[in-house]
Amino acid sequence: MVDQTAPLPVTRPNVSLWRHLRRSDNFNGLSLVSPTFLYVVVMMVVPICTIVVFSFWTQNYLTIDRTFTLDNYREVFTDPLYSALMQRSLMVSGLVTVVTVLLAYPMAYFIAFHVQKNRMLWLFLITTPFWTSYLLRIFAWRVVLGYDGVLNSGLLSIGLIQEPLTFLLYNVNAVIITLSHAWAPFAILPIFVSLQKIDRSLLEAATDLGDGPIRRFLRITLPLSLPGIIAASVIIFIPTIGDYVTPRLVGGNNGLMIANIIQVQFSRASNFPLGAALAVTAMTIVCGVALVVVMALRLGASRIK
Amino acid sequence: MRLNALYFYAIAYMVFLYLPILFIPLFSFNDSTIVAFPLQGFTLEWYGMMAGNEAMQGALWNSIKVGVSSAVLATTFGVLGARAIVRYRFFARPAITGVIMTPLFLPEIIVAISLLVVMLQLGLSLSLVTVTLAHTLLAIPYSMAILMSNFEGFDQSLEEAASDLGETPLGAFFRVTLPNVLPGIISSLLITFTISLDEFIVAFFLADTEPTLPVYIFSQIRFPAAIPGVLALGTILLVASFLLLTAGELLRRSSVKRLQLKEDAGI
Repeated sequence: MVDQTAPLPVTRPNVSLWRHLRRSDNFNGLSLVSPTFLYVVVMMVVPICTIVVFSFWTQNYLTIDRTFTLDNYREVFTDPLYSALMQRSLMVSGLVTVVTVLLAYPMAYFIAFHVQKNRMLWLFLITTPFWTSYLLRIFAWRVVLGYDGVLNSGLLSIGLIQEPLTFLLYNVNAVIITLSHAWAPFAILPIFVSLQKIDRSLLEAATDLGDGPIRRFLRITLPLSLPGIIAASVIIFIPTIGDYVTPRLVGGNNGLMIANIIQVQFSRASNFPLGAALAVTAMTIVCGVALVVVMALRLGASRIK
Repeated sequence: MRLNALYFYAIAYMVFLYLPILFIPLFSFNDSTIVAFPLQGFTLEWYGMMAGNEAMQGALWNSIKVGVSSAVLATTFGVLGARAIVRYRFFARPAITGVIMTPLFLPEIIVAISLLVVMLQLGLSLSLVTVTLAHTLLAIPYSMAILMSNFEGFDQSLEEAASDLGETPLGAFFRVTLPNVLPGIISSLLITFTISLDEFIVAFFLADTEPTLPVYIFSQIRFPAAIPGVLALGTILLVASFLLLTAGELLRRSSVKRLQLKEDAGI
């Protein structure tokens, strides 16, 4: 009797375990998501950790010295060039974020509240330039703002100016204009989504209770669309700090940003650990600033309510 | 009144969005090496010059190879990931989703330098393969976003019906789910291909001696004599991107509409 029943406890749990697993969301979901997840981990998380480790090493010509040191960070924080570039980058990214969100808000508002038909067409037309070549969009601004470029030659030929304007290209303003243009669609989408979610009966209630259009906007629409504004700000502020093509092509010497110096460390200067320390510092500062601003906005919004 | 002001603002905004880009095709037909008004007359010379430009054609071929492979890879990963996230409630689902979507928010220079360091540390040489792997990473979030909304619109009971009628999970996926989400998959392929075709920063770091089209354009921008050629090439690139995106969008919308129709009909 013992001999006959012995194999059963061995096979039965196996079969039921398999069946159980097959029906379990954890097993199915995790095994299905793991190839994608692992790819992102191997190609993004591991390399970023490597960069962090690298920032604590030093480099002598081609050999990497693997002793732990804070020298790179000391250099990053003491060299006035780096802090100047960091400040300018934060300023540029901050301004681009503010300009982009301010310009995008009325547009998102228009699509959310005033477009009934063809809403998808508007959204498609807005996002399309974002998908088309980023390099070409910067190049376009170079063509427009150049010394003998489209804007100058156009103004000259209609007689509005006598000689070409020199303040258009190769400065910080050109960087801000170009980046604001490049990131415009990315600001509209999150704001549009948050505006569209707003329960229209809330707005009617506000009107019924005597709020004028401006008061209604400030007390209902704006606070409720804050998540969209925050999302838009974060997805513009963080990536723009890492942009080096725009400053390089339209910024001139006075428009360079921190990413340009990072790029130099990884190409001509070839000081990977220093470049890594610069990148880690820039990312930490940017994420820190973004976090503080988001918290402040949330706090401010809760006060209004 | 308010609506009118907003409407004019919207039009002005669209002009701001499109006008700078439209100068590229406009001046690509201009019979002058200087990009300035007044226009000098119509020419196709800059387009004709491309026929004999072997460096450019090599770059185009590189871009197509990288674009097709990274689109297929990213969409495959996107199908697996989007399906898992939409269909199952598993451990750490929000955190895992967050990690997969992160490349969307990361400055591309961070992706580029960190991959560069890892490749060199592992002793791997830079090539189009490294560019393809990096583009796949950047394209995965976009593919996921498209496919997740696509899978969400798909009625799960259809698949359950297939299982009840004796299909294996794999069989049900291929015979019921796949045909329904196919437009979404093709849309993801087109859009991820466009992303790769237009991506510059990562390709610039990782391409080494084999430039993709944007890397080639970047190398030409500094030569004033090459600008008309860049304008012509840029125009072709813009038109190609626009066509691919429109096709992707139409497919995505037709699939959403089809799924909605089925729902309305109670199927």
